[in-house]
Amino acid sequence: MKKDISRRSFLKSLSLATFSALALSGCNMEELDEFLQRNFRVLTDKEKDEIIKNLEIHYKEKYGREFQVTDTPAMEGVLFGYALDLSRCIGCRRCVYACVKENNQSRDPQIHWIQVLQMENEKGIDFAHSNVHYIPEKVPEKGHFYVPVQCQQCRTPQCTKVCPVKATWQEPDGIVVVDYNWCIGCRYCMAACPYGARHFNWGVPNIPDEEFNTNVHYLGNRPRMKGVVEKCTFCIQRTREGKYPSCLEICPVGARKFGNLLDPESEVRYILENKRVIVLKEELNFQPKFYYFFGV
Amino acid sequence: MKDKNPNNIKIPVILMALALVLFFGCDNKEPGRDHETDTISQVRADSNGIVKDEEYAVEAPPFTWGIFPCTDCHAGMKPNPERRELVEWHDDISGIFDHDSKNRWCLDCHDLNNRDSLRLASGNLLDFKESFKLCGQCHGEKLRDWKVGVHGKRTGEWNGKKEYLLCVHCHNPHSPKFGQLTPEPPPVCQENIKFDTNGKSQEK
Repeated sequence: MKKDISRRSFLKSLSLATFSALALSGCNMEELDEFLQRNFRVLTDKEKDEIIKNLEIHYKEKYGREFQVTDTPAMEGVLFGYALDLSRCIGCRRCVYACVKENNQSRDPQIHWIQVLQMENEKGIDFAHSNVHYIPEKVPEKGHFYVPVQCQQCRTPQCTKVCPVKATWQEPDGIVVVDYNWCIGCRYCMAACPYGARHFNWGVPNIPDEEFNTNVHYLGNRPRMKGVVEKCTFCIQRTREGKYPSCLEICPVGARKFGNLLDPESEVRYILENKRVIVLKEELNFQPKFYYFFGV
Repeated sequence: MKDKNPNNIKIPVILMALALVLFFGCDNKEPGRDHETDTISQVRADSNGIVKDEEYAVEAPPFTWGIFPCTDCHAGMKPNPERRELVEWHDDISGIFDHDSKNRWCLDCHDLNNRDSLRLASGNLLDFKESFKLCGQCHGEKLRDWKVGVHGKRTGEWNGKKEYLLCVHCHNPHSPKFGQLTPEPPPVCQENIKFDTNGKSQEK
């Protein structure tokens, strides 16, 4: 009896060891490094610098472009908020494609962080009857209004709560980010998000080398891998440097507003205090920091 | 049970040893990123200091090429204050004019005697660069929102220097209703999204 157990145990261990050795020998040092890398939040500054330096080298080799990878932290005293003027948006989808370009979203298979929903004036905000595939010659169409939806950057995000490996979290400036190296692709967060704001890389992301935005943030628009979840980060690579998000800058009607919710002089604060404001699916109490308002 | 232990311990030990070799084998040079971040905050602080001065930085008014200064043509002409439909010149404008056209015409906003200026209801002259004040005479609520950056588009920095567009950059002053645009293509229907399941053919 004792011998049998020992034999079984020996064979089991032997096969495990062989498998491990094979798996490890199939990796190069760089991949091993990446595999053993700890969660971004527990990395020291030194480790982060090292990782970033290696990423820049890796991207240069892979895409033939010079990338500037940053890990700029949140500014103190800043809580980002976004406001979108429903009375102005004409549904032209310029924001969708500016976002794709800025944030290096896969072109094929297609990933869009922003979905513009066309709704009927008579029905009001009604997701069940909204249409994302509208394709008229000109917009806006009579009798319709448009609700662009992206990550609502909730104050009580459930997507981060359900993540079994803590690969996604809310930063001090309120941006919900993903550590792509830690994401295991279980997609629990996608199930938890009531806004459909998270997107999964079902295939290897495909972006023409010359179309890459090479200014990337580690927690934002750096090239993703197959099998990880991604989402809007309020253009973390831009906004943490003081710039506006690219969806805001492209908007031809100026419907998009962005700023610091803790600054009483900011545009978003003015909107919250002076306009009629709503948040989507308020009843869920996720407390989005993405507000919709009526400018007129 | 005792027999299991030695074999099972070996694998983690090998892995740990590998991990240790990998971590200590890393290059430990400091690229000095902290210094870089400081410089960025400095720039930010500078921009904050001049926010008020730059508050209404606007692009130049969008004149049709060759139309300004108006005095190039009007200098030698006798001003005619009589309300009429323009036929020989500026007929392109009278053709599209749709801005309370029943009650208003050219000289409600353009000055009769100084053609290179706009004219407020008070009779005061106004440079074309400040045309937002003219619009604000009737659209006061819009002017108020524009000043705080809520109406219209602002570019630049959310915490620093900003640039405004004038009303006339987006609205044709003679026909201010915002026109329709051709939308960008809709997203691919989910059932039509194709991807390589093993990821090999698309991998670079």
